[in-house]
Amino acid sequence: MQHVVLERWSRGSSFLHQRDPRVKILALLIFLIVVATTGPNFELAGICYVAMLVAGVIAGRLPMAGVLRRAAVVLPISLTFAAISWISGEPRRAVLLMEKSYLSAWATLLLVSTTPLPQLLRGLEMLGAPGFLLMVAQFLYRYLFVIAEQAHRMRIAGLSRGGKFRPSGGFRAAARAVGVLFVRSYERAGGIHRAMISRGFEGRFRLLSQPRFGASDAAFVCVAAAPPLLAALLTRIWA
Amino acid sequence: MNMARVISVRDLHFQYDDGTIALAGVDFELAAGETVAVFGANGSGKTTFVLHLNGLLEGRGAIEVCGLPVRKDTLQQIRQKVGIVFQDPDDQLFMPSVLEDVAFGPLNLGLSPDQAAARARSALEKVEMIESQNKAPYHLSAGQKKRVAIAGVLAMDPEILVLDEPTTFLDPPGQRALVKLLGDLPQAKLIVTHDVELARSLAGRAVFFQKGRIAGQGPTERIIEQFHWSQEEYKAC
Repeated sequence: MQHVVLERWSRGSSFLHQRDPRVKILALLIFLIVVATTGPNFELAGICYVAMLVAGVIAGRLPMAGVLRRAAVVLPISLTFAAISWISGEPRRAVLLMEKSYLSAWATLLLVSTTPLPQLLRGLEMLGAPGFLLMVAQFLYRYLFVIAEQAHRMRIAGLSRGGKFRPSGGFRAAARAVGVLFVRSYERAGGIHRAMISRGFEGRFRLLSQPRFGASDAAFVCVAAAPPLLAALLTRIWA
Repeated sequence: MNMARVISVRDLHFQYDDGTIALAGVDFELAAGETVAVFGANGSGKTTFVLHLNGLLEGRGAIEVCGLPVRKDTLQQIRQKVGIVFQDPDDQLFMPSVLEDVAFGPLNLGLSPDQAAARARSALEKVEMIESQNKAPYHLSAGQKKRVAIAGVLAMDPEILVLDEPTTFLDPPGQRALVKLLGDLPQAKLIVTHDVELARSLAGRAVFFQKGRIAGQGPTERIIEQFHWSQEEYKAC
């Protein structure tokens, strides 16, 4: 599964992995804003952004081809909007949309591939994101596996009794299966809740390791933020 | 032998929202260090009963754990004293790594991260899972998950262990390893099980649930015979 690979990557020990999650989140935020607001003269700035992301992949000791392939997951979504722009007579805007969305996905992937999820959520919490939302995200992530296993078992049970899971099977059968999966997942949620409160859970996650902000983290955020800001500034001057 | 009572239940009743009467007057006692097997047919009220012992369900009647009445204001202390290991370990393991999952309970008890990590490592050593401390729980086998789930409860340093069908999902070597592990633990234990061999190996006393009541209790072997609960009777069929 996709998130199994990302989790394995996130448990590395590179320079990027060791940075405080807050500075990585801030650097990503700056990068995304700068990319989104870069004007039509994207070429020069685009080269700078790509160079930064390549440097990030190398610093994070991540497999380049794997990262590039996974970042492309955003393209089918942005393609829809790009197509609308193209049909509206704005081909340049359509290309820009694809480029920007791909670079943004690449940068986001770089963050989640170098930061274990609990630390990422802790960093977001320390930056003021709502705790309840983060808790939901953590559960959703963990129980994707359980729900996927549940769905797999239901599929095997169906196949062993002659069921056929094909698109031509119709929405009715699919809807029934999703309904059963929902009920089973709901029951599972009850079990999880009982197990949590029996171990003293009172509504707030406590973590074993807390992020620590050091001089190298301050240097990192400066180094990470300067090139995109500079590139964006130069592009505006050039324009 | 006069051992201190760690659990005392008097006239416990419980009815589910759909009207099903699950418990209809249960009286029960557990002594310190004692291991008791809980037998009974499916739906006889066994699991409902154990969920009352740390306040997960709230019925009518009186429950005391180590002298503390089970009430809203004592729940946090009660949950430290009564550790429940659930039937399906996937219900219990939700943190991204084994160590973080085992440390979940101690952190909730207010221990510092260092103390919680030390407790978690010690519990993982007891169940021989220290090598897997950095693994994700979903990468473990069923037997390993069960061990980690037990470690998660042991890390809270409970005085009573409640195990709901502990041998479910385990192969015979896994079951043997679990029996040895449980036999070495000093806590009082309440084991809800259909596994007669497990009960014979660990429990000196057994109780038998029938229609929400304890229909019989006494030495494990006598209860097995009295209620024809032995798997050996398969051979006679």
